[in-house]
Amino acid sequence: MASSDESQQTEATATIDTKVHSDSKGIGKFTDVKVDGLNADHATKGKTVFDSKCSACHRVDETKVVGPGLKGVTKRRTPEWIMNMITNPAEMTQKDPVAKALLAEHLTQMTFQNVSDDETRQILEFLRKNDL
Amino acid sequence: MSLSTPYSKLVLATAVAAVTFTTACKPKKAETVISGDAAQKVYVAPGKLDEVYLFASGGFSGQVAAYGLPSGRLLKVIPVFSQNPENGWGYSEETKAMLNTSHGFIPWDDAHHPQISKTDGSDDGRWLFINGNNTPRIARINLATFKTEEILEIPNSGGNHSSPYCTENTEYVVAGTRFSVPIEGNTDVPINTYKENFRGALSFVKVDPKEGHMNIAFQLLVPGVNYDLARSGKGASHGWMFFTCYNSEQANTLLEVNASQRDKDFIMAVNWKKAEEYLKQGKGKKTPTTYYHNNYDERTHSASSKVEKEVLTLDTRVLKDIVYFIPCPKSPHGADVSPDGESIVASGKLAAVIPVFSFKKMTDAIAKKTFESEFDKVPVIKYEAALAGEVQKPGLGPLHTEFDDKGYAYTSMFVSSEIVKWKVDTREVVDRIPTYYSIGHLCVVGGDNKKPYGKYAIALNKITKDRYLPTGPELTQSAQLFDITGEKMNLLLDFPTIGEPHYAQACPADVILKNQKKIFELSKNEHPYAVKNEKETKIVRNGKRVDVWMTAIRSHLAPDNIEGIKLGDEVYFHITNLEQDWDVPHGFAVKGAENAELLIMPGETQTIKWTPKSTGIFPFYCTDFCSALHQEMQGYARVSPANSTVALKSGIGETAPKNELAKN
Repeated sequence: MASSDESQQTEATATIDTKVHSDSKGIGKFTDVKVDGLNADHATKGKTVFDSKCSACHRVDETKVVGPGLKGVTKRRTPEWIMNMITNPAEMTQKDPVAKALLAEHLTQMTFQNVSDDETRQILEFLRKNDL
Repeated sequence: MSLSTPYSKLVLATAVAAVTFTTACKPKKAETVISGDAAQKVYVAPGKLDEVYLFASGGFSGQVAAYGLPSGRLLKVIPVFSQNPENGWGYSEETKAMLNTSHGFIPWDDAHHPQISKTDGSDDGRWLFINGNNTPRIARINLATFKTEEILEIPNSGGNHSSPYCTENTEYVVAGTRFSVPIEGNTDVPINTYKENFRGALSFVKVDPKEGHMNIAFQLLVPGVNYDLARSGKGASHGWMFFTCYNSEQANTLLEVNASQRDKDFIMAVNWKKAEEYLKQGKGKKTPTTYYHNNYDERTHSASSKVEKEVLTLDTRVLKDIVYFIPCPKSPHGADVSPDGESIVASGKLAAVIPVFSFKKMTDAIAKKTFESEFDKVPVIKYEAALAGEVQKPGLGPLHTEFDDKGYAYTSMFVSSEIVKWKVDTREVVDRIPTYYSIGHLCVVGGDNKKPYGKYAIALNKITKDRYLPTGPELTQSAQLFDITGEKMNLLLDFPTIGEPHYAQACPADVILKNQKKIFELSKNEHPYAVKNEKETKIVRNGKRVDVWMTAIRSHLAPDNIEGIKLGDEVYFHITNLEQDWDVPHGFAVKGAENAELLIMPGETQTIKWTPKSTGIFPFYCTDFCSALHQEMQGYARVSPANSTVALKSGIGETAPKNELAKN
């Protein structure tokens, strides 16, 4: 199977600590995401989407499965970065330094799971709730 | 295709003995006929896409292959009539039913004539039809997914050869029998009663314009001869279909001699609009027969078979004005209709000329009843009355003609191994070029359309000999690409093909690209054993049947530890690929599986049945390299004795069964 996933040249990413906070907004359609009080309804919907499209590779605690555990992700990453990573993972792991470093760490290209923009926002809400 | 040509006449560059060429056109050494810029014309730079899709039949491989042109690169082999263990086609529980017929499960066929569906006489890129010759069938491939979606068996037929040519708007695809056979009543008759008891059946298969679903609208019962090829009328001749017929001697043995006695056979012109009128008047006769109709449903990712019990027949001995014969020089193969629908070109493979019939003259002759005789109650139009003219001395063994966008026709010459270019309106030969070797059909891009695309002609050769590195007694078959944009045809490229590239159709890539499907949407998957997320995976026993609901995603299968299977169980692994990303299929194989592997597309569910024959631990794994952790994408199934009390359990990670011992 022709996959460019593993053939991307990863430059030195050792300087980036993926465990700490980054201000990067990532690369993609989301440049300005407003977050305020938690929308419980969105968070509930987000959990449903997460269970079907994300849970095969991500836990919501700190355990790594295929990808990193997502506990604390909304503290480490900007809302834009999270939403761009969900909707634009291939370009993110090629160009965004943090996403590049994560690929070098986990070695499996995060896949676009055909998540709509609304669903992406709902997943963000679910992850915010998870970090409360 | 059998030709009654002594093999020694074939033009072979390697023949050591001096070959007497019976034609003015002596193939030159290939090196001398390649023009300087051929390499540039076929080079498609890395990362660039081809200009044209070519769909070539695999002949006796039973499949269809898609190539890119001008590069000649093989893009995909589409499994149709033959089981394909590479992806589970015809082996998986979902696809097995596609190969059901009234003769049982048939894992092979002989696929000859690809046909792209048409709208207003132009290739529309929705579907590709292909005939199965041996166990008469027509298959429909969905060109959005490149998957075979439907296979319809054709009853009352023997050798479905003049098939599946479609009408101007894909109202019908046809299925004409090559071999006439006894059809109604007692079919257990002496073979030498051919003339009394054998009839031909020409099926008109209606195609649903939205979904593509096929059903046999009617069968014409026609005189007992061989029906070889067909082509639809268009424009001026819309509403007609033209079939070539040979063996008008009605011989039943040693046809190479006995079917070559007369100097002419026939073109049969079928007025299908007239047939429709008779049907409306209730003149169709319900005739009992049995045939299978298999459909693959993209929503459930599963095929099912329906047994049909009757067809409507229209008997040309009784009903007038549906069919007419036009005499045609010996053993015509192709009956090809010009872009405007006015000229019908018949290539008599044992004839010295190519007759071109005029649709207008033919219909005038019918109106004036300018008939020379009748053949089994079918009027035979006078040859000259329907003839526009003949292409004189075209070459030897004319087989098949297609058309370009500039008013030229291209006819393949089997015996003299060449393509001959001639002007449709004057019937003058303007150019000829050798092929290597023994061309059968040819293809011009859009060559049967109202508006051909032209630019390239593709020779589909029967014999390869010395053109490639040898591979023992069996050599690759091949196609050749010609540039037809100039006055002279130029050979650009040879490329190997799968099976026998019997015939091919080609269309500009855009026609196909606009419909491409990249994934199956998981949310729309209605497979009864689909799982939409890992939490739903499970294992269930019903008597000796064990079902496993499994998921695949980079880089694990869930569940990946399975225990409690017992010797004698039939295990069904239902695997859903949870990926929703283009070009990420997953495979599945389990040790000792007697059928095949599975290849599961994103969002799809496929099932493999596994019957372990011994106790122990059986590994299973993903076969399609999917990520850096592909080699980690594996699992174990434990098989215990038939009387074991090991609990039936499956899981992954912390849910995997632990320390399960037999409780006795």
